[in-house]
Amino acid sequence: MKLEQLPGPYDWDELVQADRVHRLIYTDPAIFRREMTHVFGAVWVYLAHESQIPKNDDFITAQLGLRPIIVVRDSGGTIRALYNRCTHRGATVCRHERGSAKAFQCPYHGWTFLNSGRLSGVPWPDGYACDFKDARFNLAQVPRVESYRGFVFGTLNADAPPLKEYLGPAAKPIDEWLDRHPSARVVVREANRIKYRGNWKLAYDNSCDGYHVVFSHRSLLEMENRLEADPNKGMSFYKSRPDSAPMYMAYFGHGHHFKDKRPNVEKRPGALWEIEGAAPGMEHFEARIRQRLGDRAERALDLASSEPVNINIFPNLLILGNHIQVIQPLGVDETDLTWYGTAIVDDAGELGGAVDDVNAIRLRTQENFPNFGEVDDATNFEQIQRGLEALEDEWVYMHRGLDVPGRVKVDSRGVITAPATDEAFMREYVKEWKRLMQARPNLVARREP
Amino acid sequence: MNAKPSAARDPSRSSWYVDDAFYAGLVAGFTDFTRADREITDPAVRDRCRALLEREARLLDERRFDAWLDLFVPECLYWVPGTPGGDPRQEIAVAFDDRRQLEGRVYRLGTGYAWSQIPPSRTSRLVANVEVFGTARADQHMVRSSFLVTEHRAGETRTLAGWYAHRLVQHAGAWRIAVKQVNLLECDRSLRNPSILL
Repeated sequence: MKLEQLPGPYDWDELVQADRVHRLIYTDPAIFRREMTHVFGAVWVYLAHESQIPKNDDFITAQLGLRPIIVVRDSGGTIRALYNRCTHRGATVCRHERGSAKAFQCPYHGWTFLNSGRLSGVPWPDGYACDFKDARFNLAQVPRVESYRGFVFGTLNADAPPLKEYLGPAAKPIDEWLDRHPSARVVVREANRIKYRGNWKLAYDNSCDGYHVVFSHRSLLEMENRLEADPNKGMSFYKSRPDSAPMYMAYFGHGHHFKDKRPNVEKRPGALWEIEGAAPGMEHFEARIRQRLGDRAERALDLASSEPVNINIFPNLLILGNHIQVIQPLGVDETDLTWYGTAIVDDAGELGGAVDDVNAIRLRTQENFPNFGEVDDATNFEQIQRGLEALEDEWVYMHRGLDVPGRVKVDSRGVITAPATDEAFMREYVKEWKRLMQARPNLVARREP
Repeated sequence: MNAKPSAARDPSRSSWYVDDAFYAGLVAGFTDFTRADREITDPAVRDRCRALLEREARLLDERRFDAWLDLFVPECLYWVPGTPGGDPRQEIAVAFDDRRQLEGRVYRLGTGYAWSQIPPSRTSRLVANVEVFGTARADQHMVRSSFLVTEHRAGETRTLAGWYAHRLVQHAGAWRIAVKQVNLLECDRSLRNPSILL
């Protein structure tokens, strides 16, 4: 039976099968609307990095699903995710993408809210019979906002586990990604921003996909290695028999997955730097770092290189290379991808004064993939969305590795691992997606009392 | 500056010239350069600059990228800031290509595997409102212009608009482009398929 002909609700077991998913999960506006509650309301969704709002009263505007949100560090230092929606008539109260404000005044009728969300005043209140101390007039806000080591998440689900528990085994690679830096942290330094006309899950499917690399990114690999006698730059290690390489994919539960390419790179300082592709200023700043740090230079140079991991936190946070990438759905077939660049801070001087030179290379190396790699992926995402308009050809396959003896392993924690090009991570996360879409999440917005 | 580089420091193969002084000169040179007291009104100078920008636009529209690269000095920069007036020492840019990377960008488009440009975009550029400003050096001008790029690809047509700042220098007996800064109106918003040369 054609699923389009079903009156609905959908048969989720028909839509998501062991080896394939139906085209509708990428194309159906009703399914997308349900995702905005059952996924983007019900799980911990990444909202911001703390370095974007370093001081009290700093804010950025963001979205939780499609809900307009102000992520603010309020005057008391608490990080909140306020609904950017006036309680009077519904207009957004903040129209700036970032800034510092103790209060937000709605431009429409002048209702003013403190950055805690509490209503502080309305013009000519004697025209009202109500008591404006009533909590219903305070801005709605995301009831649960938690940070993990600088990454700020929010959920509307009263029954969601604590954030740390939600991250589960995925917290370990996040720790390792941060701990390699001086003071074990990074700061966000603007972004490359790409949008595509396609469903948001196409980016999430791609985020751990080791099968596409040498095909989708062939032009990047050729470009990076065009001047090399030994073509080993970038992701060249995918080129021959990637499944027998030591890199692997892992699935952590709760939809999170992980591509760990670190085992492909020799475990010695400088090995990562050696495969980094060309970047503006690289030779000059490298020479200065070497001059300054001597034998300690290799470790510093590795920090200017792209860390070979993809840590994918369902549904919208992809930590890869040195990027913090955010998937923002805008509609069933429209998605924004923001590739935040990160820089190092070194207040304790662990890099012996070389931090600016390391960042000078690191900012440039991060511009490489969005410019020369992601554009081709995004084009392929758009062409998938187009292909999925072929109504009678219903199925999208994700069965690479399925039922191949010895290929997929499960450890005592339940972590699933498989070779780098395996699609086990896709099969597992869509199972979680299916579970969420069938659940009845307990979603609430709260207000200051 | 812009002398013929030694073979060991060929800017097509290595990047020594993008250093602190280069960055500092970039930020200083591209900030507030449109000063009334620096405006060059000599029609011959303005015409020469306009002709270079028009030739540049035509070569890009014709997809003659190697000839386009020849308009640049060896130690050049193609720069698309990610925020209005963004400092590339402090933040990621939409594009920040030195000579080697710019040649790489052109090389990638020619591999036959750059899916974002298969089929290739057709473009038509208008460059207008050309104003020329002097700098502290007689052999260097700053040129501000407005651009409108109409791009057609795979059945869709769109426009990209903004303004260019070109640092033009006298090099080997001709005026060439040292830096091309592309100030896109939507530089800090998401861009769909940003794969053409602007």
